Parts: sequence; C-alpha cells; structure tokens
Amino acid sequence: MVNNLVSDLIRLSATELAAKLRAGDVTSVVAVQAHLDRIAEVDGALNAFLHVNAEEALAVAAEVDAIRAAGGAEAEALHPLAGVPIAIKDLIVTKGQPTTAASKMLEGWMSPYDATVIEKIRAAKLPMLGKTNLDEFAMGSSTEHSAYGVTRNPWNLDRIPGGSGGGSAAAVASFEAPLALGTDTGGSIRQPGAVTGTVGVKPTYGGVSRYGAIAMASSLDQIGPVSRTVLDSAHLQELIGGHDPKDSTSLPKTLEGLVAAAESGATGDLKGLRIGVITELQGEGYQAGVQARFEESLELLKGAGAEIVEVSCPNLKYALGAYYLIMPSEVSSNLAKFDGVRYGNRVLPEDGALTIERVMGATRAAGFGDEVKRRIILGTYALSAGYYDAYYGSAQKVRTLIQRDFDAAFAQADVLVSPTAPTVAFELGANDNDPLAMYLNDVATIPANLAGIPGITVPGGLSEDLPVGIQFLAPAFEDARVYRAGAALEALLEKSWGHTLISQAPAIDSASIAPKA
Amino acid sequence: MSAISREDLVHLSRLAHIEMSGAELDKMTGELGVIVDAIASVSEVASSDIPATSHPIPLTNVLREDVVGQTLSIDEVLLNAPDSDSNRFKVPAILDGE
Repeated sequence: MVNNLVSDLIRLSATELAAKLRAGDVTSVVAVQAHLDRIAEVDGALNAFLHVNAEEALAVAAEVDAIRAAGGAEAEALHPLAGVPIAIKDLIVTKGQPTTAASKMLEGWMSPYDATVIEKIRAAKLPMLGKTNLDEFAMGSSTEHSAYGVTRNPWNLDRIPGGSGGGSAAAVASFEAPLALGTDTGGSIRQPGAVTGTVGVKPTYGGVSRYGAIAMASSLDQIGPVSRTVLDSAHLQELIGGHDPKDSTSLPKTLEGLVAAAESGATGDLKGLRIGVITELQGEGYQAGVQARFEESLELLKGAGAEIVEVSCPNLKYALGAYYLIMPSEVSSNLAKFDGVRYGNRVLPEDGALTIERVMGATRAAGFGDEVKRRIILGTYALSAGYYDAYYGSAQKVRTLIQRDFDAAFAQADVLVSPTAPTVAFELGANDNDPLAMYLNDVATIPANLAGIPGITVPGGLSEDLPVGIQFLAPAFEDARVYRAGAALEALLEKSWGHTLISQAPAIDSASIAPKA
Repeated sequence: MSAISREDLVHLSRLAHIEMSGAELDKMTGELGVIVDAIASVSEVASSDIPATSHPIPLTNVLREDVVGQTLSIDEVLLNAPDSDSNRFKVPAILDGE
C-alpha cells in the first residue's frame, strides 16, 4: 500500500475503517500501525496519551487479521468493529497497562482486573492503543490538572482540549484514534467533545457499566463513547452498553436501537420531532460566536421539519451549586480509599511519630494535586455536622427540582437542545487562579448528570477558528433520540458546509511547542 | 452562610487526612470561600416539602444469589501493596507510641 493511502486510513471514521477491514481492503495491523505512527508524529506536541500500548494492540490486530484470513465460523462471529483501534481514558482500569487516573497517587499501579467495558472491548477484539490523559481523578474541565502534564487542543496548541477527558477528545480530534472511551460526571465527555470539534455521548445513567471506572462521584459518573461521527458513537455505545451484575446501578434493560437511530437521523428528515430550546441555557454568559452557531443550527433543524419550541427550566440556575455540593461530597467519600495502605503510593512523614494516621496524611498530601484536595475538603465540609442539611441535603432537593423541570420540558419536547459549553476552548493557564471560572464552563452539561439523562455533543461550526459544540438531551432511557437528532444536525451542517468540521482542523505543528521548562 | 475560616480548614484537613502547609491553608481558605459563596444559593430554594434525590435512576432490591463469585487471588490482591507480610497488608503503628 502506498504511503498516502496509509495516512488516509487514520482519517476514516470507525464505521468506514471497519467496513474496509471486513472487505479485506486493509488489514488491522496496517490500520493500527498507521495510528501508532500518527501518535509518534504528533503526541509529543499534544500529550494526549499517558501510555501507548503498541505491542498488545498490534498482537490483537494480527489475531483479527488471522481470523479473517482463515474465514469460516470464527470470522463470521467477529464483532463488526473487530480490528478498529480505540483509546481508553486512564480513569478506566485495564489489566496489563498502567492506570494512573492522571494522579501521582497511582503512579506505577497495575490493576489486577479489567473494567467491564474493557472486557467487552477485548471480547470484540478492538486493539487498545493506550491510555489517555485527563484531569486528575477526572476533576477539571481543562486537562490542566493532570499530574503528567497538560494535553493541548489539536485546533490550537495554546488552548485547552476540555476536561476531564481532554486526552480522549484530543486523540480522536487529531486522528491518533478513531474511537475512545470517556467518562462524564459533569460534562467530561461532552465539553471536551465541544471544544475539539468531536462527538461525545453521556448515556443514560446506568446504561453502560461503571464497574472498573475509578469512582469520582458515583451518583453522577457515566462511561460513554468519544468519536468523530455520531454513527461511530452509536456503534461504540451498543458495544459497551448493557446490564452488568457487577454494577448494582446498572440498568436491567439494554438501551437498543442506537445505530438505527443514528442512521435514520442521518437522512436529515426530522418531521414530527419536537425540539425544545432551553431558555436558561443560552444568551447571557454564552459567547456571541457560540450563540450564533447555535442559532444557525436551530434554523437548519427547523428546515429539516423539526418543530422548535421554547422550554423553561427555571431551577437550572441552581444546578452548578447543587453539583458542587453533591460531587465533592461523593468525591470525599470515594477517595478516602487512597490512603497508602492496600495499593497506590505510600509516603512517610518527614519527621515525628510514624503512625498510620500520619502516613495517611503525608501520603494524601503528596499524592493528590490541588484541585483534588480542594474538592475533598469541600466535600468534607458539606458533609460535616452542622452543615449537612444546609448543603448536601439542600443540594439533593435541588436535584429533585431539576428532574421535575426536565420532566416538564420533555412533556413539551422530544429532545432538548443547547450549546454544549458557553465558550470556545479557553487559553491554557487562563483560569489557574480562579477555580470557579473553570467550573462555569460546565454549566450546560452538569444538569444532565444531576438528572441521569442522556446527552450528546456534535460539532456545530467554528468561532474564532475554534470548534463550537451543540448538545441534545433526551429523557432517561431514550438515548436513541439524541443519536437521531445528533446525526441529523451533523448531516445538515456537513451538507451546508460541504465538508466535515474536523477536516478543517489545521495541521499540528509540533515545532511550535516551547520545550518544557 | 458562613465562609470557611482558616481554623475550619485545619479541622477539615485533619478529617480528610490531608496534611497541609501554612501556605496551602492560606491559599485554599480564600478559594473555598469564593466557591462556598457561589454555591450557597441552593439552600435558599430547597424548602422542606421537597423530597431529596440521592440517585438519578432509582433501582431497588438489587439482589444476587449469596454465593462466592469471581474473586482476586491473594497474590493479585497484594500485587500493588506498598508493604505486606505473610499474605497481609503491613502498616505502621495504628496507635501513637505503640
């Protein structure tokens, strides 16, 4: 195969690459090697990967190629995506590869078990390219809070790739991988998707097993797909979804019809679909360029036959506050296990008595970064005697109010739509001394986590040469609806532009990065 | 709502088992004050007649047969232990001076 064809391979969607693999036009080994070459070429500049799993990925690819070459029942039984490489957010545990959660606490830790989603990926024989960078323990909206360096946005290397799943989004946006796994607690799949011009989905809470995702806030966390096209995310969610007895919050019923919904949406016909525009998630606080792309998308949706209705969710103004009480409370509990006793790093106090309590204090002081410490302390405060009712208790009530707002909105509309993030990617370092400003970037994504409902982000165009994301939300269990609406908008926008958004991303100029100080 | 004082923070850091330097305490006192002010509004809206939601999709009675499932071997369990002895995790003294 000539060189330019190999480099074209990395630009195919996962669905296109899978078709070529099944047709025998290309082998998985060649496809995986093309992505490994791309990682070698651009990841010095991006830092999307914390670990590259080349040897195992090529071995799995060779196994798929051998099965296909032999033909017969085993070849027929291969999963349609077999041989298509995937990147894994380093919050999801994997045997045979390190899992760090981008924390010093877990440096060198090797999980003795696989997450359920990893077992499914192994069973379907998708070669795993490696583990992607994130904000430490998924706490952040910029991937600047990784203990292993920032990840850069492929569209502009001075900008954040979003967070916490900035590594997975940047890997997919820069053609290092066609697919990736993310986790979304308050927008960590969708906001990085928005600012990197890619697609990301937070499934209905419980739609994908959380077993083996290192827990941040258990009532909010959800694993989901990251890709460049809506159809690719649908294929990936169908692969990783379904009931898991190892996760007691896993839904008993598999969410079905996602691929079919994406295919139906791609026809661009939305007759009969009621789309609710959320009054509170637009306008003030949203950049003019973001608002403009959002309004253009609404026009296209209307033109495709959708009925646009205005809906109000008045309690969304309390969502950020409720989130920043519930999430840290659960964080303070979930991260109590990192104490230097059973696994992870142990740090001894520099002087004084060597007691377990002092070892824990020193271990957690050295192992956690600033943002993680802030959230543990905030959660400890919100749960402490005298404040519990006013803070954690109130936040749980606000959660009820937000669910009621969504119930009312979904009585008027089949799906809801908003910008995914209020701004385009901000500059690296812009919010270093203002944690609250970073938190505000998740104002449009957090409500879905509080309510447990599914959400998707699709590329909605550019502002200041940077991607803008459009978000669709649907009622719980109706993930198919976000795929239908998302695929429709994707098709309508691409038709209006005459190209995909990601094809407009500039070449990555590795030389422009100043060497690390 | 009262903001978090430096004294509160010293107490909280002990509860959370995170040693903090004086400089860290100073910086975080200010940061947490700003965050707490921004989120305190939730207690204004939450009146007593609203039920609390702890979980977005409530599932009840998630049960399984009471049989031993797939477990890790002792070697796997101790694989990442900072210190171990005779198939057990080893830690420093639990109580002062012992």
